[in-house]
Amino acid sequence: MNTPRKGSLLVQDARTKRRNAAEARFKAYGLTAIAVGVLALIVLVTSILGNGLSAFRQTEIMLTVELPESKLDKSGTRDLDVMKKVTTLTYGPILAKGLKDVIAANGIEIEGLTAKDVDAMISKEASAQLRDRVLADPSLVGQTVEITVLASGRIDGYYKGRVSLASAELDSNVTPAQLRLADALKDKGILVTKLNPAFITAPDASDQRPEAAGLGVAILGSAYMMIVVLVLALPIGVAASIYLEEFAPKNRWTDLIEVNISNLAAVPSIVFGILGLAIFINFGGLRASAPIVGGLVLTLMTLPTIIISTRAALKSVPPSIRDAALGVGASKMQAVFHHVLPLAAPGILTGAIIGLAQALGETAPLLLIGMVAFVREYPAAYSAADGLFGEPSTALPVQVFNWTQRADPAFFERASGAIIVLLVFLLIMNAVAIILRRRFERRW
Amino acid sequence: MSPLMMLISVLAFAIAGYVIARKRAVGMAGGDSRKLASLPGFYGQNAAYAALIPGFAVFLAGSILTRISLKNDMFGLWADLVTRLPNLVPTLAVLAAGAGLAHAIYRTRPEFRARVAAESWVMILLIAAASVAILTTVAIVFSMLFETVNFFGQYTWTEFLFGTTWAPDFRGNSALGILPLLWGTLYISVIALLFAVPVGLFAAIYLSEYAGPKLRAVAKPMIEILAGIPTIVYGLFALITVGPMIRDWLALPMGLGSSGSSVLTAGLVMGVMLIPFVSSLSDDIINAVPQAMRDGSLGLGATKSETIRHVVIPAALPGIVGAVLLATSRAIGETMIVVLGAGAAAARLNQGLGEMVNPFEAMTTVTVKIVSQLTGDTDFAAPETLVAFALGLTLFTMTLGLNVAALIIVRKYREQYE
Repeated sequence: MNTPRKGSLLVQDARTKRRNAAEARFKAYGLTAIAVGVLALIVLVTSILGNGLSAFRQTEIMLTVELPESKLDKSGTRDLDVMKKVTTLTYGPILAKGLKDVIAANGIEIEGLTAKDVDAMISKEASAQLRDRVLADPSLVGQTVEITVLASGRIDGYYKGRVSLASAELDSNVTPAQLRLADALKDKGILVTKLNPAFITAPDASDQRPEAAGLGVAILGSAYMMIVVLVLALPIGVAASIYLEEFAPKNRWTDLIEVNISNLAAVPSIVFGILGLAIFINFGGLRASAPIVGGLVLTLMTLPTIIISTRAALKSVPPSIRDAALGVGASKMQAVFHHVLPLAAPGILTGAIIGLAQALGETAPLLLIGMVAFVREYPAAYSAADGLFGEPSTALPVQVFNWTQRADPAFFERASGAIIVLLVFLLIMNAVAIILRRRFERRW
Repeated sequence: MSPLMMLISVLAFAIAGYVIARKRAVGMAGGDSRKLASLPGFYGQNAAYAALIPGFAVFLAGSILTRISLKNDMFGLWADLVTRLPNLVPTLAVLAAGAGLAHAIYRTRPEFRARVAAESWVMILLIAAASVAILTTVAIVFSMLFETVNFFGQYTWTEFLFGTTWAPDFRGNSALGILPLLWGTLYISVIALLFAVPVGLFAAIYLSEYAGPKLRAVAKPMIEILAGIPTIVYGLFALITVGPMIRDWLALPMGLGSSGSSVLTAGLVMGVMLIPFVSSLSDDIINAVPQAMRDGSLGLGATKSETIRHVVIPAALPGIVGAVLLATSRAIGETMIVVLGAGAAAARLNQGLGEMVNPFEAMTTVTVKIVSQLTGDTDFAAPETLVAFALGLTLFTMTLGLNVAALIIVRKYREQYE
């Protein structure tokens, strides 16, 4: 026979204590899980911001250089075709001389500084900068001009904490003397680290010139692809949803379409890349790396997302609306297009924007259709040879991938900076979607 | 006739059709639109669609047929015709548009039900849009099937499916066994799921059963933000933050490896990516469990956690299994995180178990190899390139199986409580 249990409502017995402890533990697991998720988000964002924000600032050197006619335009005619034959190799020494003059003029003396060190302070991109400026305005030849040029990547890294005097000892690309020179120049206000709009607008740069690399081509390419996706995926997706939600009979065929769409929404994105490569490029004969191909692939990828959200939006419009329209003599088609669709529009637009945001961040399929190529020319929206959106281009997320594959650690900073740009775009798109939903969504 | 001219003429036909048919209908009714069976605009619309849709349909079909015949030496007669008459397809398209237009105008009479006719054209467009989804799947399967068949023409399928080494060599003599890649894929996915499923599930349980409205309003969106972040961001995070951290804090002190990219890095970061996926799916499923079941359990004196463990979770189990299957499918197909976080070296299956299961070793997956075999200069005759299509088909089949199983389970589960 059992002994009567001790305790009361006021005193917990051992079993109740155990059960309450289990309850507390269970709750703690749940809280921990949420904390893990939130913490992951915070670490992710701070890591990207910490690595990438410095990409928006760039170290530059202000120089005063003479542009000798004897070197830049021997003919003296200022004829552009002749001047174009003078390569950047000629412009390089002019800049180096300008820097030497500045050093001498300011009375800076650094121990162990060689002439080669002084040359290497300036980015290799700078001579192209100067050449472009001279070709744009040939009358500058023979004059003395002020020009702000990019400092080399390592010098820039010194002011962003990537390079230090100690690491420069071991680095073959930079000497401690250069860093001391940089500090001296900074004291005189000749070398400054300032905001860098070129990061957003400039095209990509080669392996040795991380300081000049920008996102211009990638942003343009992504914009073209988004236009293609919007123009194709939205109408096709809405039309498909209207058919499936409003007209399709319930039979095996429509059931197959349903399963098919749900499956397509979960097919790995890289499979769409294979599809694009095989169908649009190898079979269809479109050009690799073209935004039109990327746009088509992303359209097919986004369609299921748009269809699923559009159908939800259509479903949320109450049947009474349809019945009322049918009751006054509208056809089924009129009821849908004149009454249901306008009421579902905010939901459809929200879904479309979210689908577009997904497409904007997608990388894997674009790798397969050749968008990893190194492209420096801004692609034109239309050209006679390549058609609409047919010129080779790259895309924002692919540019990130591209930069992670480069040797110079300065490109990691660029990649993180590019991610920030990408996330800002996504944030704007999602904010618009949320505002649309808050502002226009009707609850029935 | 160039395609651009064709576009302009078909559009001109459509506009002309609208105007003519509308005028004709009104004219035949003696200017009194009440005598018409439909509103005058529908007669116009019908004629415009009758020009546009056949015109573009013929152009599309003709272009595809031409591509197939020129590419694969099929339909020889058509290929001959097209090479001799390069403008055949656009011309045919314009003829089709003209014929459609003429027929529609001919049919325009006051008693003709133009609304019904115009709407059936719109219906054709809607059905065509809905079939794009089917066509996409067909295109996916065919694009991979053709090249896979080519691949198996050059490489025996048993060696592909059961080979234990992956060593492609563009000079020939490659070993292209899929097993090392599958092992890497599964290992990384398992780590990701071991991390994501408990975290996601507990987060969902807490949010739907315990959390007050304030915490819910903050925590739920924060976790869902994780789902909106592109995978390239996770990849970069793995590459520059998590990878070096795991190497310096875990792998090097324990002497288990010195690689920045590792199975654990990719698995953990992928796990973070999957948290919102598991939690939002489970959240929906837990919310679908009827309140009466909870009330019954609580009424019998069970604590909240006992109710959840013994009543809610068992009731929601099929749905949760479906969610986990979908998450697995995601993990297997994920590309950018593994490209940047897991490394490019295939697992060496014949070096003993220790090396196979060391989570600090770099390991590669099916998706990584698809990327590496298909980017850069590729030669579509070499088995080293074609193998990517066979890998793609394997991946597609695996995810298809998981997705369909998950869909069926979730559907059955929903019906149970509706």
